[in-house]
Amino acid sequence: MVANYQVNKTYQEINEKIKKGQAVVVTAEEIIDLVRRKGEAAAARTVDVVTTGTFSPMCSSGAIINFGHTKPPIKASRVWLNNVPAYAGLAAVDVYLGATEPTADDPLNKVYPGEFKYGGGHVIQDLVAGKAVHLVAEAYGTDCYPNKRVEKDITLKQLVNAVLFNPRNCYQNYNCAVNLSNRTIYTYMGPLRPRAGNANFCTAGQLSPLFNDPYYRTIGIGTRIFLGGAVGYVCFPGTQHNPAKPRGENGIPLGPAGTLMVLGDLKKMSPRHLVGVSLLGYGCSLTVGMGIPIPMLNEEIAHYCAVTDEQLLAPIVDYGHDYPAATGRILGQVSYAQLKSGKMTLDGQEIPTVPLSSLVRAREVAQLLKEWIEKGQFLLGEPVDMLPGSEEIHCVRTASRDS
Amino acid sequence: MHAEMLVLQFSREVVDQPIIYRLVKDFDLEFNLLKAAINPRQEGLIVMELRGHPKDFRRGLKYLRDSGVKVRKVAGEVRRNEDRCYQCGTCTAVCPTGALHIERPSMAVAFEATRCSACELCCPTCPAHAMEVRLNRSAV
Ligand code: SF4
Ligand code: SF4
Repeated sequence: MVANYQVNKTYQEINEKIKKGQAVVVTAEEIIDLVRRKGEAAAARTVDVVTTGTFSPMCSSGAIINFGHTKPPIKASRVWLNNVPAYAGLAAVDVYLGATEPTADDPLNKVYPGEFKYGGGHVIQDLVAGKAVHLVAEAYGTDCYPNKRVEKDITLKQLVNAVLFNPRNCYQNYNCAVNLSNRTIYTYMGPLRPRAGNANFCTAGQLSPLFNDPYYRTIGIGTRIFLGGAVGYVCFPGTQHNPAKPRGENGIPLGPAGTLMVLGDLKKMSPRHLVGVSLLGYGCSLTVGMGIPIPMLNEEIAHYCAVTDEQLLAPIVDYGHDYPAATGRILGQVSYAQLKSGKMTLDGQEIPTVPLSSLVRAREVAQLLKEWIEKGQFLLGEPVDMLPGSEEIHCVRTASRDS
Repeated sequence: MHAEMLVLQFSREVVDQPIIYRLVKDFDLEFNLLKAAINPRQEGLIVMELRGHPKDFRRGLKYLRDSGVKVRKVAGEVRRNEDRCYQCGTCTAVCPTGALHIERPSMAVAFEATRCSACELCCPTCPAHAMEVRLNRSAV
């Protein structure tokens, strides 16, 4: 991309400043006012890094675990952790534990709405909390792996490897869910009362990572991030990453668009930033705290980071009929400023709005990441490759916006 | 696991029967005695917390009633486990009294125990299982 910027910084320059403890870091909320007062170029000159944060249930999450070779060795084909099945169709003692997997004997939705009290997400939180988890592994036995059954308690410390590996996290924008049917429904967007009794939303808005980098100018493959309380990485575009979704004039997607595949060492993570959750009538999941630093390379980045909740729009979707029927119908758009205010209107009816994503914890994540960078403990990772959608050229007339 | 605080009133006819023993043995329930006034061949009263699998709990209650014991529930008290709550706000979708509400602009989720009616709607709704039913000991 050819562009003439007034400010030009490189990852190397910013990292040098971080190492010296001289980097100026602000959160994606703090940058808003700064840009408003000083203008984009001046803000880009002053600030080196903007930190973002989000703290939401992210169902497409899980852990790759290697529980160590046993004596005699086992080629595990069926594995349970605290009675939650893990996928064992990998080499001998490698398994993948998915966040949404319920306990093997969970009554599911047989008693509706099911409570899904324990599942993969809970096992992950128990592990990072240092609790012992009961492992059962079964195998058919081979000449080289004769063992057919192993049962033991494991802790995170004892595991050979434990990697949080989430195929789809950090959605760039998401639906605002309502229910136009006549009965309460229980969804992954929380409980929805009939006749649009409430409207639920699930992003951190102006603090959310991909809202601050709508064209993936800096967030790419190899970006170092805050993941579950430790250092993690963006390793690929997430599943269903779709940069081609319609965008507003400001370049921000008007519905779920980009996603990230992320991973990090589970052993270093904390139960405060990885929370096993039960979504009534829906299933188990894992709430993930994630923060992504955005390097202030030029004033265009400052422009995008200064985005406010007023400029971010979520599509309103009826989960009573349209979503399960996959009609794709959208009832309208609502701004995150409106959603965070506590009420919105739909067809003249006032509806209370309910967040499912913790803004309090998202701020905590952005703040923690800011402190790590200020103290020189966290360096920026320059992407080795960009995400699909970053090649888009979106002209922003930054100079004229400078005051 | 289901737990309730119960007041059991025994008539003179049943006071000598090993009813609590049966509850434990046949229905696999646990109990925690808080108050008991039982005299042979007189009316008796027991206040206890009974806990067990919801199915066993229901069967146990039926057994009590069928045996002629008068059973009354003592209202529970709902409290928030502050370590588990991660301030999302999901519970505000169902709280009918506004005890759980969002403060702005901090977006912190407040729990005002004095406004809570102990309806327990938030308990299964909270993704983090932060809303816990405790037995209200002062009501005994
Ligand atoms: S739903 Fe649970 S975790 Fe979320 S704010 Fe309410 S009590 Fe806290
Ligand atoms: S028990 Fe009922 S009134 Fe009390 S906080 Fe929960 S939902 Fe609100």
